[in-house]
Amino acid sequence: MSVLVYVEQVDGKFKKSVFEAVSYAKAIADKQSANLTAISIGNVGESELKELGKYGASKVLNVSNDQLKNFVNQAYAAVIAEAAKKEKSDVIVLSNSFSGKGLAPRVAVKLEAGLVDGAVELPQLDGGKFQVKKTAFSGKAFAIIELTSAIKVIALNPNAFGTKENATDTTIEAFNPEVKSTDLAAIVKEVIRATNKISLPDAELVVSAGRGLKGPENWGMIEELASLLGAATACSKPVSDADWRPHEEHVGQTGIAISPNLYIAIGISGAIQHLAGVSSSKVIVVINKDPEAPFFKVADYGIVGDAFEVVPKLIEALKAHKG
Amino acid sequence: MKILVCISNVPDTTTKITFTNDNTQFNTSGVQFIVNPYDEIALSRAIELCEGGKGTVTVINVGEVATEPTIRKALAIGADDAVRINAAPRDAYFTAYQIAEYAKSNDFDIILCGRESIDYNGSQVAAMIGEFLDIPSISIIKKLDYDGSTATIEREIEGGKEIISVSGKFIASCAEGTAEPKIPNMRGIMSARTKPLQVVEAKEIAQLSKVQQFETPPPRGAVKLVPAEDPAKLIDLLHQEAKVI
Ligand SMILES: Cc1cc2nc3c(=O)[nH]c(=O)nc-3n(C[C@H](O)[C@H](O)[C@H](O)COP(=O)(O)OP(=O)(O)OC[C@H]3O[C@@H](n4cnc5c(N)ncnc54)[C@H](O)[C@@H]3O)c2cc1C
Repeated sequence: MSVLVYVEQVDGKFKKSVFEAVSYAKAIADKQSANLTAISIGNVGESELKELGKYGASKVLNVSNDQLKNFVNQAYAAVIAEAAKKEKSDVIVLSNSFSGKGLAPRVAVKLEAGLVDGAVELPQLDGGKFQVKKTAFSGKAFAIIELTSAIKVIALNPNAFGTKENATDTTIEAFNPEVKSTDLAAIVKEVIRATNKISLPDAELVVSAGRGLKGPENWGMIEELASLLGAATACSKPVSDADWRPHEEHVGQTGIAISPNLYIAIGISGAIQHLAGVSSSKVIVVINKDPEAPFFKVADYGIVGDAFEVVPKLIEALKAHKG
Repeated sequence: MKILVCISNVPDTTTKITFTNDNTQFNTSGVQFIVNPYDEIALSRAIELCEGGKGTVTVINVGEVATEPTIRKALAIGADDAVRINAAPRDAYFTAYQIAEYAKSNDFDIILCGRESIDYNGSQVAAMIGEFLDIPSISIIKKLDYDGSTATIEREIEGGKEIISVSGKFIASCAEGTAEPKIPNMRGIMSARTKPLQVVEAKEIAQLSKVQQFETPPPRGAVKLVPAEDPAKLIDLLHQEAKVI
């Protein structure tokens, strides 16, 4: 028995969601008295790989291959499945990131494994069953899924488990499975990253605004508030539909589903489709001039007031708080 | 060019979600079913790519006869014909297998899905079909251009995007931005009734997962209101009480 965790790198570095996936996989390995192996694909330096030991990976398989420098899910899935066979892994953990979502299903089919994506808790192993809780109906419910296959694949939602340090001695082992050229048919031409922006899906704090802001020219104060907090920015659907903000900031049922520690919604009504993507946020703050706005029903804290008056005052208060 | 679009039959976005049989089954009573909103985006892009006689769009759904109104809606939006694999979908693995088996015996250039279905929120079917067919799968795309043999695709990644080029057959799952969802017009609605809808029996495959139970999230407590004149109080609460900043 062993647990394998795929550690996604970005330009040779691991993000917090990776350490979270490793922490989660380590907790499963401990439940099963199994070893935890991590697999890294792409060119990651030794000191970065060693970081995985802090969260409990006792072995790291390092696939350093220029053909695999960029993420191609067909080829990456083949490598992960090979690693799982080599390590005799019966549980494989990935982050439910954009790449993980394309990868986990392919790994599952290759290994004839049942898959739970969007997992929010550790598996329950009572009575020989293997059950995992996941979000369903866009956050309006959870489903508990039993996996009945010999091998199981779990894709963990960002911010669902947190990181837990668990220092272990780590050995790094080079792993060089053969890569079929047909697995490299999709070619990555360009990767464009907004370097100074906090990525929304893994953000712990999010400041979001809606149609109440009247127009794109008024987003300066939203960005200032977000930057003071170290938060990512988001928006409601009509805002991105009107091109006031880019599509990738749109959260909700048809946008991104997020579960940050703090979600601040400014000038957003709280329509059911919007709530669907944000209601699993740990703390919700709503600023809206309409006391009847449905968003207040799910909020932890609220201010009934005009965003154009409240937000500048909030920014001043935050500056004062930070000294 | 032949494009296959996978259509999921899901509860309308405004549906209040409830369960029956000791929370083991989704309560469908009184629920309006619709084409999964992301699948509508995929379908709309497929129709655009085929405009001007450049190709045909087939929609496919794994579902029992009750899903036919949803399939007809997809035909009204502009698909040329439809296939229903006659089975209640068990999980993504089952669904993807059925669609892949159909695609194997029918020569499609492109297969499109939505990025996820709004019921189980799995984003599994597209990549699973890709694996069953051993073709590239590109998940969560924002843009798709096709010149008849090579596709140029923009894919979303955390904090950015990736431009991908793929020649030959492929499958992609579409997100917001790939196309504006089309609204059926009167002509579309009339012609949808007579467009071909083929029913195919499902094939057996091992079941790897099953839903045991549903839960609804615990209700949130009442909102704590802070006076608009005193946002500093909010900062205090977030810092001292909620401990999130
Ligand atoms: C199939 C489908 C899918 C959808 N998916 C999504 C989704 O994923 N995400 C999403 O967000 N929506 C989605 N929607 C749209 C959703 O139904 C709502 O229309 C949308 O969320 C409303 O956005 P809003 O709150 O920004 O705008 P509005 O509904 O216009 O609300 C604006 C709010 O701002 C307040 N306001 C106005 N001026 C001020 C001011 N000066 N100060 C403070 N407050 C002010 C108003 O009181 C109001 O509550 C979907 C709809 C459909 C049909």
